[in-house]
Amino acid sequence: MRKTSHWLWLAALLVYLFLYLPLTVVVIYSFNDSRLNAEWVGFTSRWYKVLFQDEEMIQAAINSILIAIGASLIATLLGTMAGIAMHRYRLRVLPFLVITPVAMPEILLGVSLLLFFIQVLHLTLGLLSVLIAHITFCLGFVAIVVRARLTGMDESIFEAARDLGATPWKTFQLVTLPLIMPAVIAGALMSFTLSIDDFVITFFTAGVGVSTLPLQIYSMIKIAVTPEVNAVSTLLMLVTLGMIVLAAKFDKTVLRGQG
Amino acid sequence: MALLELRNLTRRFGSLTAVDNVSLSIEAGEFFTLLGPSGCGKTTILRMIAGFDLPDAGEILLDGKNIAATPPEERPLHTVFQSYALFPHLSVADNVAFPLKMSKVSAEETRRRVAEMLDTVHLSDKADAFPHELSGGQKQRVALARGLVNKPRLLLLDEPLGALDHKLREEMQIELINLQRTVGVTFVFVTHSQPEALALSHRIAVMNEGHIEQLGTPAHIYGQPVNRFVADFIGDINLMNAQVEAPGETSVHLAVAGLGRIVAPAPSGVKPGQSGAFAIRPEQVQIGAEDELANLANRFTGTLRDFLYVGDVTTYKVELANGTIIRALLPNTSSGGRARFLEMGDSVTVAWPAEAGMFLHE
Ligand SMILES: Nc1ncnc2c1ncn2[C@@H]1O[C@H](COP(=O)(O)OP(=O)(O)OP(=O)(O)O)[C@@H](O)[C@H]1O
Ligand SMILES: [Mg+2]
Repeated sequence: MRKTSHWLWLAALLVYLFLYLPLTVVVIYSFNDSRLNAEWVGFTSRWYKVLFQDEEMIQAAINSILIAIGASLIATLLGTMAGIAMHRYRLRVLPFLVITPVAMPEILLGVSLLLFFIQVLHLTLGLLSVLIAHITFCLGFVAIVVRARLTGMDESIFEAARDLGATPWKTFQLVTLPLIMPAVIAGALMSFTLSIDDFVITFFTAGVGVSTLPLQIYSMIKIAVTPEVNAVSTLLMLVTLGMIVLAAKFDKTVLRGQG
Repeated sequence: MALLELRNLTRRFGSLTAVDNVSLSIEAGEFFTLLGPSGCGKTTILRMIAGFDLPDAGEILLDGKNIAATPPEERPLHTVFQSYALFPHLSVADNVAFPLKMSKVSAEETRRRVAEMLDTVHLSDKADAFPHELSGGQKQRVALARGLVNKPRLLLLDEPLGALDHKLREEMQIELINLQRTVGVTFVFVTHSQPEALALSHRIAVMNEGHIEQLGTPAHIYGQPVNRFVADFIGDINLMNAQVEAPGETSVHLAVAGLGRIVAPAPSGVKPGQSGAFAIRPEQVQIGAEDELANLANRFTGTLRDFLYVGDVTTYKVELANGTIIRALLPNTSSGGRARFLEMGDSVTVAWPAEAGMFLHE
């Protein structure tokens, strides 16, 4: 009994090491007082100062944040409606239609969106095309979380509201929305992280001249993995981690599968 | 004018007719019960009255006005759901205040009426609790308070006691009767438990497969069931196939194959040769030795096959000459007579007067 639990602990430890060692290395080297990622020389925070003086990097960060805010807001609005519709109409195809973009290989989604924007919409690639692309894959995620929340609920609660004198809109406002709010907030936070971290789809839909943080990091490491890259990666990691912790606080289903 | 009237109400789901041409009227102040086996259409009727479902045919009249097209929120009636359907994100007081808020009652007035209602259902100390902190019986009372606080014309209750354990169920039955009397609201109650229906209702509609088999007071339905289904469904009853021999003024002679003749009260309009069933309640059947029962019109000998002692009463099962098992229910009083000393396999006599039991048409 005791023995097995020891082994289990060891296995778990190894898995976590495997997951987090590369990330830890990035964080450590972002404080290394050397241009090279080779050996530890001493502690410095100067790479972060360099980062905040890098005009291109700042512009990319602003783009990333704007897109993430816009995409998460719109995806949350549409995703919530989709989640409620999926729950209410119980049409088998609805969940498939909404979940497919989430599960689809990103490269496929990226290429198809690119073709769609250029050949069908005749859109000039830029911030708008990236925003639309991000909404597409975040929306499904929000819908799944909202629906999961509704699934566990007693249907007669909503009928009771109508029965006691609430119009359909009042019922939504006073009963449905408060009850799904944790899922809505969690969905918004997860959308924000999905958007701010996305590389592949952004790569295909950004066109020339528009950059986001992941695209900027990619263009920098084509030359070399500089400590500045480590620094910006560390910051991005922090934001992501914070959002996930926050999202899980609002709705525990977020940590269960899917995303 | 009746408070609520259903006229030829019909609801179909595909090929299934869940509610089949149901007509009934309910008076103000009544405790009216829809009773019937699972799947007979009780909930479907309530849902149509509440406005969650629309009839395929027929009318629903409240105070003489057809409300078939009125949305649920505009019908002056409330529902108590079997699952209670309390709002989990609102406190007990806010749950009860919900209907008042919807009809724009002032904050002051709302506070007063919520407090009053919670007092009526003995939950004043739970005003700030949330539904998940309550027991089943307490949730039930919150649901009742919420349904009654806005003084609806009608309260619909769909098996509201179904989820409670036996003892709590009996307590709540008494509370329900008292509550209905105190607030004076008309109740339409749904249950598939016949003891519950008999105990609570002023009138009962016994339903089967979407239609009403019989409508009447509990005593009427228990004492004069109109057919085999009602007789069998309400309480315990002995049934045996019988044929009319000679209909008379006040009594009728029935022939039971392999047993002989039974004298029973005469129902109206029976003809000689008509077949049906003779039905008699176990508590109307006496059991003892031949000489003790000599003054009763119907006497048969048989063999005691089984008895079930449940404290206050004992049910005896006696096999008659034609193989029919007849049940007799006797109180276990100290003067219980010879029956108390009977043993399995004993030869006994069962008997009942000519005024007991009834003939049911096929
Ligand atoms: N939405 C629906 N779609 C299809 N069939 C339905 C629907 N609602 C009810 N039915 C059917 O109609 C019949 C009556 O159902 P209803 O719920 O009214 O029964 P009930 O008398 O309330 O039974 P119970 O005592 O089990 O609650 C059942 O056979 C049921 O399967
Ligand atoms: Mg039902």
